[in-house]
Amino acid sequence: MIKIENLETHLSGFNIYDINFSIEEGEFFILMGPTGAGKTVLLEALAGLIPVRHGKIFIAGKDVTRLPPEKRGVGIVYQDYVLFPHMTVTENIRYGLHFHKYEHKETEKRFEELIKEFELKSLVNRLPLNLSGGELQRVALARALMVNPSVLLLDEPLSALDPNFREDIRHELKRIHQSSRTTFLMVTHDFAEALLLGNRGAVVNKGRIEQVGKMEDIFQRPRTMFVADFVGMKNIYDAQFNGSKAIIGDGLELNIGCRSPVRVGRIAIRPDDIVITKKKYDKNNINAFSGIIAAVVDQGFYYEVHVQVQKLTFKSVVSKKILLESKFFDGAEVFLSFEPEVIHIFQPDSYQFNEKGKA
Amino acid sequence: MKRTELFFWVTVSCGLIVMVFILLPLIEMVTAPSISMLVMAIRDKDVVRSIWLSVYTAGLAALISFVVGTPLAYVLARRDFRGKRLVEGIIDLPIVIPHPVVGIAILGVVGKNHWIGRGLAELGVRVMGSVTGIVTVLIFVGLPFYVHAAKEGFENISPRLERVSRSLGASMFSTFFRITFPLAWRSMVVGIIMCAARAISEFGAVVVVAYHPMIAPVLIYERFEGYGLMYSQPVAVWLVMVCLSLFFVLRYLTLPNKKKT
Repeated sequence: MIKIENLETHLSGFNIYDINFSIEEGEFFILMGPTGAGKTVLLEALAGLIPVRHGKIFIAGKDVTRLPPEKRGVGIVYQDYVLFPHMTVTENIRYGLHFHKYEHKETEKRFEELIKEFELKSLVNRLPLNLSGGELQRVALARALMVNPSVLLLDEPLSALDPNFREDIRHELKRIHQSSRTTFLMVTHDFAEALLLGNRGAVVNKGRIEQVGKMEDIFQRPRTMFVADFVGMKNIYDAQFNGSKAIIGDGLELNIGCRSPVRVGRIAIRPDDIVITKKKYDKNNINAFSGIIAAVVDQGFYYEVHVQVQKLTFKSVVSKKILLESKFFDGAEVFLSFEPEVIHIFQPDSYQFNEKGKA
Repeated sequence: MKRTELFFWVTVSCGLIVMVFILLPLIEMVTAPSISMLVMAIRDKDVVRSIWLSVYTAGLAALISFVVGTPLAYVLARRDFRGKRLVEGIIDLPIVIPHPVVGIAILGVVGKNHWIGRGLAELGVRVMGSVTGIVTVLIFVGLPFYVHAAKEGFENISPRLERVSRSLGASMFSTFFRITFPLAWRSMVVGIIMCAARAISEFGAVVVVAYHPMIAPVLIYERFEGYGLMYSQPVAVWLVMVCLSLFFVLRYLTLPNKKKT
């Protein structure tokens, strides 16, 4: 559906380079990355709103790189919704119809459907000034969908909503995506959102793509150190490899389950892949160590437990219930363990993840 | 505590001095002529003609500034380009150049010694001593005020509104007329008022290019020179009243909507 080749563009301090990826028709594609990574620039380049310096953009097999935005059929919904302030909700939603030739009947039907879908019936004659954040959001989505775009770009559409409402809109988005043939491309900072909505996704950093792939792969098998760090692999250590062993810190030996292709590199483990227990571990357990709890950090919905093993700190997450039941408090002696499969190996040269290193 | 109080009194007294400085001469001038003098002045055909000419040329200058200044203001508000500062500086030039110099500079181009002047003469366009000349001068001095106001108006409109409009299928022209213009027109009206106000007050440049036909400021000056303060005051009062009422009407027309945005 969308194919981007060697895309490069520069816009007042935000640059993107060498962007290559493609999105299938009807896919829900997620774009993630830190602030200032160039995500919005990438969206605006796709929509034709900013000039492209190099590279090509194909939509439905057609080269649209030099096509003006109004000819691309790419809708965009911004984080701050940007409804036209001088028009009512109805006028906003129907705005795009001025420039498209649709059958009157067809547009009326579509308008009614959208009004119903987004529960906007009571708001149609209001001006945007008198709407709440969630209402603005729904109108912005309806306005973009009214003209049947082949691609819809969403720039952090949920980040300005309050958490309860976010959940609703999230499910609504999923439903709309499933019921329409439109390809969605959404920027988000919220991992839960990304995992719930996205089929595939990409991580952008400093204007470059770090990884493209299925959402599970990005979270479970990050290809680069940056992605590992970005998706919350908080346990990253320099390592020396010897056969199927990795030696970290002052000689802590880990079983990595396979032969490493390199002698020196780094390993990473997700906090949720590390299990902490109060009871002494079973001797058969591989990668099981005893340690002392150095800190317990409240993260809102869960607690991050830092366990000191020799001179190394391992970070794991537990729920409040387990924390209280197991009495995981500062200074308590605990045992931690993890499977060899959850250890991710990164080669030292640019710390690219090595597929062959995994079983 | 005491220091703050002293500071407060300094600001208040300076503010009062400024108010008095501006208002006193104006009030004095407006109240000086008797009613009969004012009636006599407005019955004078020369006075009416000159005030009308002033209003009409200033209005025309503002309108032309609006037409040619709007695209320029838009570009300056939306695009960054090399030499933008220079362009902005050039637009500001008429504000800092002494007024008679403006008149002389324009005459240099439209006079018989310049090919543009000769070309215009051949086309039958007379600049010196004509309404065309007056309007030309007034555009020159008024345009910067329009461009500034319009540019500020455009800058206050998020470019994202235009981007969304285009993504919905509107061309740049449609976007401008459906989104940008309806949101910026109040700033444009303010710009037109500023431009017209500046134009109607111009004397030095006009007097060089066109002493006749006489605009109101020239007539006021002539009456002052020929007959003294007493005879120039009534004309001045009428000019000020016409200008103020026009500006109040325009401001009033734009104000009620301002609350909505």
